[in-house]
Amino acid sequence: MQRIGVFVCWCGSNIAGTVDVKAVAEALKNEPGVVHSANYQYMCSQAGQELIKDAIKEHKLTGIVVCSCSPRMHEGTFRKTAEAAGLNPYMVEIANIREQCSWIHKDIAEGTEKAIVLGRTAIAKVNLNAPLMAGESPVTKRALVIGGGIAGIQTALDIADAGFEVDIVETKPTIGGKMAQLDKTFPTLDCAACILTPKMVDVAQHEKIKIYSYSEVVDVRGFVGNFEVTIKKRARFVKEDICTGCGLCTEKCPQKKVPNEFNLGMDNRRAIYIPFAQAVPKVATIDPNYCTMLKTGKCGVCAKVCTANAIDYTQKDEFIDQKYGAIVAATGFNPISMEKFDEFAYSQSKDVITSLEFERLMNAAGPTAGKLVRPSDGKHPQKIVFVQCVGSRCAACAEKGKEYCSKICCMYTAKHAMLTRDKYPDTDVTVFYIDVRTPGKNFDEFYRRAAEEYGVHYIKGMVGKISPEGDKLMVRASDLLANKQINMEADLVVLAAAIEPDKSARPLATMLTASMDTNDFFTEAHPKLRPVESPTAGVFLSGCCQGPKDIPETVSQAGAAAAKVIGLLAKDKLKGNPCVAHSDEMMCNGCSSCEKVCPYGAITYEDKEFRGPNRTTLIRRIAKVNEAICQGCGCCTVACPSGAMDLKGFASKQIMAEVDAICK
Amino acid sequence: MQVNEFKPKIVAFCCNWCSYAGADLAGSNRLAYPAEVKVIRVPCSCRVNPMFILRAFQRGADGVIICGCHPGDCHYTSGNYYTRRRMALLFSMLDYLGIEKGRTRVEWVSAAEGAKFAQTMNDFVQTVTALGENKRLEDLRCKK
Ligand code: FES
Repeated sequence: MQRIGVFVCWCGSNIAGTVDVKAVAEALKNEPGVVHSANYQYMCSQAGQELIKDAIKEHKLTGIVVCSCSPRMHEGTFRKTAEAAGLNPYMVEIANIREQCSWIHKDIAEGTEKAIVLGRTAIAKVNLNAPLMAGESPVTKRALVIGGGIAGIQTALDIADAGFEVDIVETKPTIGGKMAQLDKTFPTLDCAACILTPKMVDVAQHEKIKIYSYSEVVDVRGFVGNFEVTIKKRARFVKEDICTGCGLCTEKCPQKKVPNEFNLGMDNRRAIYIPFAQAVPKVATIDPNYCTMLKTGKCGVCAKVCTANAIDYTQKDEFIDQKYGAIVAATGFNPISMEKFDEFAYSQSKDVITSLEFERLMNAAGPTAGKLVRPSDGKHPQKIVFVQCVGSRCAACAEKGKEYCSKICCMYTAKHAMLTRDKYPDTDVTVFYIDVRTPGKNFDEFYRRAAEEYGVHYIKGMVGKISPEGDKLMVRASDLLANKQINMEADLVVLAAAIEPDKSARPLATMLTASMDTNDFFTEAHPKLRPVESPTAGVFLSGCCQGPKDIPETVSQAGAAAAKVIGLLAKDKLKGNPCVAHSDEMMCNGCSSCEKVCPYGAITYEDKEFRGPNRTTLIRRIAKVNEAICQGCGCCTVACPSGAMDLKGFASKQIMAEVDAICK
Repeated sequence: MQVNEFKPKIVAFCCNWCSYAGADLAGSNRLAYPAEVKVIRVPCSCRVNPMFILRAFQRGADGVIICGCHPGDCHYTSGNYYTRRRMALLFSMLDYLGIEKGRTRVEWVSAAEGAKFAQTMNDFVQTVTALGENKRLEDLRCKK
């Protein structure tokens, strides 16, 4: 028989406000096995934990139930408390009377009654708990960073500087990500390339970092400390280690009409190309969709001009298997497609552009060498209209836009407006906004400078329609403050498109078994306390794949993710999860049902000798669970026809006891 | 108010990775749903043995709901596919035995869908309340 202690937490007024905690503690006193019951204002505080430890010793408790917040919050805390008092940590059960009781009910009688049932349920379970010992597994001291934008770069550099090997996998031919495409950065107006490219070089030269560019992750197996990853290195038809990046081939290639994605299709590149001058690795890549040699077998100009003999038309995709201890997702973002926003005439007029396109137009290395001109006729625009929140904060346009705030648009629009007025004082710049949001260091000052010093007209109101009229654009909008309709002519319209997670994030999340929210952003293990960890152990989050953020925030999050990875890789051994499947060999008949449903291949069979009737021996085939591989989903326990398979920590008997307690 | 208002007993099995977190989120956002719903945390929806559901009905539960990650998002990759098939079979058998389909349900709720969790529970409680008390499988000996 267990000796159970019950500890009811008030959580200040969070629980005590709608649950009579004293009544709960009193009622649970009489449950089977309970020898001690207490309540306290904050069980998770030092004093609260001491109270638990003292009670464990004083009453010789063999199990405890803490009625408090969600086990996702403090199960770990109370397990440690129990362990410190000499109790097996798996003899702790949590009754979730905050998130699943006090916070959702208003009536005290109802809340108290439910809290008692939840407490009773946890007691029923703990009565059947058994001490569990976690196995240990070694840690592969190598990290994988998926995505080579500023988030991935910073994370990789920080991990590598701590002395661990890091691999970066980037789908594009170069690292650098979106930041490489930006012109200046708010609120300091540093040039993006000047602060990013040195970091890219650091990555390239770091002895602990290996870059897999033009590559993608195609399979992830294993678990924290022991991931096995398959990386597909796409054929770039250029020998990476030999190419010197001289760029001769990219000048001589006769196929000149390939839309240049780095400049968002605003100019052309060749079929063999280096995305931009500071690309890392600085290696040419042949685009198989456009290369005449690869398509028809006739051409071969690049091979002829290459002095290093680096061109290899027969190159094949390569698959690389590598082991990692930790994985960081840094897949980044993309602006959403403007195609569906007919009201803004994006598809109809070349002079309606997105902010990222504007960024390239203003960039000295961009398609116009930094001259701001209208894409349609190359003329200098006199009147420029910026439209904010295109597709952001738009619950009504869910099929094409996003409900959330993209966070960076207010600031970059202020930056664009300011830079335009600075470079071309003759232009007239108007910004249409719903709200201007500037929460960040020196952000509001920056915005006010744009509006006050640079004479940018800010109009509160949404643009309803933009229509091309002659070579002008007619902007119809409402001015909410003056309460009137506005019709305004413009030469150039810039749309601050909402941002969304990169498309590669969803399949990656599936491979990593990491969870995502409805917008395909990765979810964090705890929104406030564990913001850079995924709920899946060993998977960490860096940058915009977790939610919209600007560069300073991305860099801080990248560093935080790196710190978590370093903390993990610094361990030699990891404690596993002891809540794994276990087969009772006396009941198992070796039918293989469990093996078939196991997603990890953790179950094998062995022939074992048993004593039969009349001193005979019997050889029987029985299932064996490899505890280091089993992740504890429990699927096999249901598939097992004889009831031999059970899950430690969530045993059938325990769950049935919970069912009984609820239905009592 | 009626004195003997019928309050159904509802057991909700929630997988640890998505739906239990979704339930927590409903709590953090203070989204109310009836107190009749009591959650049992399981590692994955595929841990739910049909036996548990039978047991719940035997013990007088009026409705049982299983919540898991969305198809494709199971933390253990494929668990919820098993759940989906197993429960389809079990529920139709239960229906045959007189446990109406409205008393059983499988729902996919992600960790970010607090609102969906609360809404699902409100809806489920309503459906079960309308069906009234479960008498079919209840074992009267279990009543003290
Ligand atoms: S973990 Fe949620 S259904 Fe498998």
